[in-house]
Amino acid sequence: MHTVTRGMKVFRVFNYTAIILVCLSCFLPVLNTLAVSFSSPAAVSTGKVYFWPVQFTTMAYEFAITNGKFLRALWVSVVRCLLGVSINLFMMITTAYPLSKPKSVFGARNFYMAFYIFTILFGGGLVPYYILVNRLGLMNSIWSLVLPLSVPVYNMVILMNFMRGLPPELEEAAMVDGAGQIKTLFTIILPVLKPALATVGLFSFVYHWNDWLTGALFMHDPRNYPLQTYLQTLLTNFNDMLRQSGSDYYQLLARMNEQTGRAAQLFLGLTPLLIVYPFLQKYFTTGLVLGSVKG
Amino acid sequence: MQRRLKKEWPYHMLLLPGLVLTFIFSYLPIYGIVMAFQDYNPGLGFIGSRWVGLENFQLVFQTPQFLRAIFNTFYISLFKIVLQTLASVSFALMLNEVRLTSAKRIFQTIVYIPNFISWVIMAGILLNLLASDGIINIVIKALGGRPVQFISNRSVFPWTIILSDVWKTFGFGTVVYLASITSIDPELYEAAVIDGAGRWKQTRYVTIPLLVPIIVLMVVLALGNVLSAGFDQVYNLYSPAVYPTGDIIDTFVYRLGLQNGKYAIGTAVGLFKSVISCTLISLSLWVAYRFANYRVF
Repeated sequence: MHTVTRGMKVFRVFNYTAIILVCLSCFLPVLNTLAVSFSSPAAVSTGKVYFWPVQFTTMAYEFAITNGKFLRALWVSVVRCLLGVSINLFMMITTAYPLSKPKSVFGARNFYMAFYIFTILFGGGLVPYYILVNRLGLMNSIWSLVLPLSVPVYNMVILMNFMRGLPPELEEAAMVDGAGQIKTLFTIILPVLKPALATVGLFSFVYHWNDWLTGALFMHDPRNYPLQTYLQTLLTNFNDMLRQSGSDYYQLLARMNEQTGRAAQLFLGLTPLLIVYPFLQKYFTTGLVLGSVKG
Repeated sequence: MQRRLKKEWPYHMLLLPGLVLTFIFSYLPIYGIVMAFQDYNPGLGFIGSRWVGLENFQLVFQTPQFLRAIFNTFYISLFKIVLQTLASVSFALMLNEVRLTSAKRIFQTIVYIPNFISWVIMAGILLNLLASDGIINIVIKALGGRPVQFISNRSVFPWTIILSDVWKTFGFGTVVYLASITSIDPELYEAAVIDGAGRWKQTRYVTIPLLVPIIVLMVVLALGNVLSAGFDQVYNLYSPAVYPTGDIIDTFVYRLGLQNGKYAIGTAVGLFKSVISCTLISLSLWVAYRFANYRVF
């Protein structure tokens, strides 16, 4: 049935080449950053570094991990992700479950759903939001990074759609045995929803890890910056930081510079995502297809 | 009624914590909108500040920088949507021709990676690549071209924004489109083969027509967000030199409202954006529901 014509062969070669080029374009910039971070400043500033380190050195990394600012920001991000993802998961579960019930089972369902939908459609805007968090006294507190984002509505809807996809018999059996809704949720529903929880949990982790604006808005003291907010300040003034590192500034410049130092810290900021990504990609199609394109 | 309440109270209890937090952080700020109609003074608060009616709006609509930001927002957003769609659909069609399922999955995984990289880190990487002595310019020079100031030339900058965003996010669309191609009934292809259609004709007369509804759906949903041209991206790549072509509504609000402390005007612009966005998003969801039977909720 498959007679391979010459035209098809030519097409296939062309197609594979194009695909591979596109994939390389998505991958090489990260590789270049990695190569720069392990190269000597001299090699980098003369444009010799492409995708492999030249005059290999780990100085930029030593600088990052002995630098108090980087470590402190990393710690803030770790704490924020732990707190943020736990709160998000708890809120998504407790919100998605009642909302996954039809109106006949849970009378106020549509009212509550409208309450959440409204928040996607309309908001007060950036300035009132800022003033509110300020008035609540959350400025400079880790809570300002997690509480305002505690119910991610889109991810909650994804989870809700997963719950709707479960066979009703599953729950009915538990109910017949006399278990209440809350007990059913935690003992029957959640264990079968592990993949769904992994999906929304990872999305929530990625969000908290990547968000820099919340930190920039609510942390007046740079010592409380989460990692991305700290990295954002590096985009403009890395040299200041080098200079602040004290007397051995000139000695330091011989072994690293702005570009290599920045590349190392950017790459470190990226690593956790590269680690969770393989787990994430196992689930992302299910999450996307169910959540965003439910026909 | 009472029996109903007795049966349903666990649902209400489960919802309670989320409702409280959502009320505080999503509903309370709406009250702050009163600032848009005041000469807001933080010392006097919402109650004490003087009311000025629509003065803030009049003022901001006479500001050339704001009008410019509106234009840039539409320009950048619309080109992003068009090119995004073209790139995602073409790449999904190309991947569809790859027979090996494992290879297909690997390619798909790779192009989806940049989606998960934050704009802060991506901006750091791009500033390096696109610098006047960066790799891209080295390649341009090697090919005999003249170096391009991607970041600081104001006529190039919007296209740096548009293309880098398309590059970063087309993988998402590809995953969505490829998933819908996979769900096309194989019998349709078999029928096409019996009618003598080759691969190209199968793509042209089976795959693409069946993709059109989902493409329309994705575009409609994207159009709802047309006023958000990518705050994180623009903020981390722009500089005063490119404000005339690169400033968008969101960066304008951030600079004016928070960095310069002009709360009232920042709120007014935010309100203007919220009202239009709300209309557009509602409209896009309605259209999506009406014509594609798509429901988010």
